[in-house]
Amino acid sequence: MTNGANKARLIVVLMMSVAVVGCNKTGGSGASDAATGDTGGDTVKVGVLQSLSGTMAISEVTVKNAEMLAIDEINASGGVLGKKIDAVVEDGASDPAVFAQKAGKLLESDGVATVFGGWTSSSRKAMLPVFEKDAGLLWYPVQFEGNECSPNIMYSGAQPNQQIVPAYDWAKSKGYKNFFLIGSDYVFPRTANLIARKHIEGDGLKVSGEEYEPLGGTDFSGVIAKIRAAKPDVILNTLNGDSNVAFFKQLAAAGLSGDKLPIISFSIGEEEAKSMGPSLVAGSYAAWNYFQTLQSPENAKFVAAYKAKFGKDAVVTDPMVHGYIDVYLWKAAVEKAQSFDPAKVRAAAVTLADSPTALGAVKFAGNNSLVQTAYIGQADATGQFKILWSSPGTIQPDPYDPKAFPGKTCVIK
Amino acid sequence: MMIDPAFLGGQVFNGLSVGSIYLLAGLGLALSFGLMRVINMAHGEVVMFGGYIAWLVMSTVHGPPGLPLAIVAAFAGTGVLGAVLEVGLVKRLADRPLDTLLATRGVSLIAQQAARDLFGATGVSVTAPAWLDGEWAVLGMSLPYARLFIVAVAVLALGGLALFLKTTRVGLLVRAVNQDRPIAAAMGVSVRQVDMLVFALGSGVAGVAGVVLALLGPVTPTVGQGYIVTAFLVVIMGGLGSITGTAIAAVLLGLVSALAQVFVDVSFAQVIMLVFVIVFLQFRPQGVIAVRSRALDA
Repeated sequence: MTNGANKARLIVVLMMSVAVVGCNKTGGSGASDAATGDTGGDTVKVGVLQSLSGTMAISEVTVKNAEMLAIDEINASGGVLGKKIDAVVEDGASDPAVFAQKAGKLLESDGVATVFGGWTSSSRKAMLPVFEKDAGLLWYPVQFEGNECSPNIMYSGAQPNQQIVPAYDWAKSKGYKNFFLIGSDYVFPRTANLIARKHIEGDGLKVSGEEYEPLGGTDFSGVIAKIRAAKPDVILNTLNGDSNVAFFKQLAAAGLSGDKLPIISFSIGEEEAKSMGPSLVAGSYAAWNYFQTLQSPENAKFVAAYKAKFGKDAVVTDPMVHGYIDVYLWKAAVEKAQSFDPAKVRAAAVTLADSPTALGAVKFAGNNSLVQTAYIGQADATGQFKILWSSPGTIQPDPYDPKAFPGKTCVIK
Repeated sequence: MMIDPAFLGGQVFNGLSVGSIYLLAGLGLALSFGLMRVINMAHGEVVMFGGYIAWLVMSTVHGPPGLPLAIVAAFAGTGVLGAVLEVGLVKRLADRPLDTLLATRGVSLIAQQAARDLFGATGVSVTAPAWLDGEWAVLGMSLPYARLFIVAVAVLALGGLALFLKTTRVGLLVRAVNQDRPIAAAMGVSVRQVDMLVFALGSGVAGVAGVVLALLGPVTPTVGQGYIVTAFLVVIMGGLGSITGTAIAAVLLGLVSALAQVFVDVSFAQVIMLVFVIVFLQFRPQGVIAVRSRALDA
């Protein structure tokens, strides 16, 4: 063996040991950041993780915008505990596996204090083990199917008893007796329909069809033929993403537009109505905890701020408002806890008093979900919703529908 | 379970209509594979650009001429795109078919990102013209005009292509190159030009597929990805390059998917369709129509 080869070997070994030590160091500091949430210095890193591409981009890009708006506003008024928020934006690409991988990256290598993001329940389910393993805290802004209870997720979107069940009760009060259930094929629509079916059949009414389309699917010819054969009084629509465009287009082509056949949608807000073409959804109903047409000074202020930043034609939706207030509620909880530590922030978040927001006065319940009001709106020709009904007051969130999941409760210590 | 005959008839029609989309998406692939053995992974993005061209045209030209104009513009626009792709990339890799697979996959990713930057990530929506709303009631079935229109477009595209290949001089050259490339070249056929023309033609048909897709669903940067797999299935099942075989396979797959939906939901119908293709190829690996081409002998 020549001297040169020996030298080369030594260099390689040295480089490898540097690399190994380097990895350990980043890994170690990442983990400790996630635990304390404090990045030191005069900034605090947070993650913003939404789908900026793929089938869910139609909805999630705007949630990212709203979250960034809140972050910019907070930074402009002095930050959190004297630190400016440094947002690390990642693209979940409408793929649960990517969400899990990016969540791990944010928590472990960026060392963010908390993460705002997710839309589909599949993305949340994929991120859940990552947040539990790294003791992080995820602020999830979208209505969902419940049946989940993690100390590492703040569920600000509606629980089933704050959206699906009130919408069903409203439909029942309108005299509809024959229900048709259509959804994208993943956990939210399947669980939502399980709950809806228990309630419908429990009341002696009829479910005349239950159909699932793959997420992002665009062929509804068979589904529409089945709807035509079933002759339902109303459709409960839990399709997500741009499958909705195809569904409403093909319904219209089949002469079954929203004014002829009532459709209650659970994932179509102002933004979706706008990008689908308002004439397509006009006359159909939506169930949310927020509509842009809500009258309150807080909502007027939020809408004005959003339009000032993203153009006067921009519209706002329920998940956007939830994304926006999540950032403010995180700030309030951090200030109450005087710490960025996820566990302390979570404990402080569920003991905050009512905060005035664009949604109305809301607060987190002990089960990490938001106490809020349910609304039914009807889409008009401009893509805005006229509020037809609201629940008598705020509704306490319940992740476990008593009819679908009897005997289960969510208690987080 | 008693099945309503009108419902069943409607599903047969739906199968034809879905098959028509598969056909429009698959024809271009069949052409370029049959002639050049090129696996064009960017084919779905050509479909996508057809959809965006439809959106551009139909949001500037309102009224009845909008849709025909969109079809012509998409055919021409994506045809040029195909020609550029052929001259700029595919031709240079003609001797290394596996490399074309990777290179066109790269083009596919670049094209998706380009569409995202140009038109926005959320996609756009084309409003179908009013004369396509409504439906034709016949024999207790109701056939939406929009779907009838798509079947008509597919039949016209197929007929036009067959006529072009059978009767024109250029079509003759294409067939000659398809049968035996070296001999055709030795006889003075400009093989390179024929390649480019066929690639452009196939891309143009894919662009038309993009227009009809825009009538039924959203136009997004990833819309082509949803159809590329089915398009490949159609081409493989059809017999790798046979136009007739491609047409039969497209209709067959459309019918399997639609008739499966009589019993199961859309998600499971896709599983059944894939199983059908696998079983079919077990018994008939050469596809619906076996193509005899020297290009495939090597």
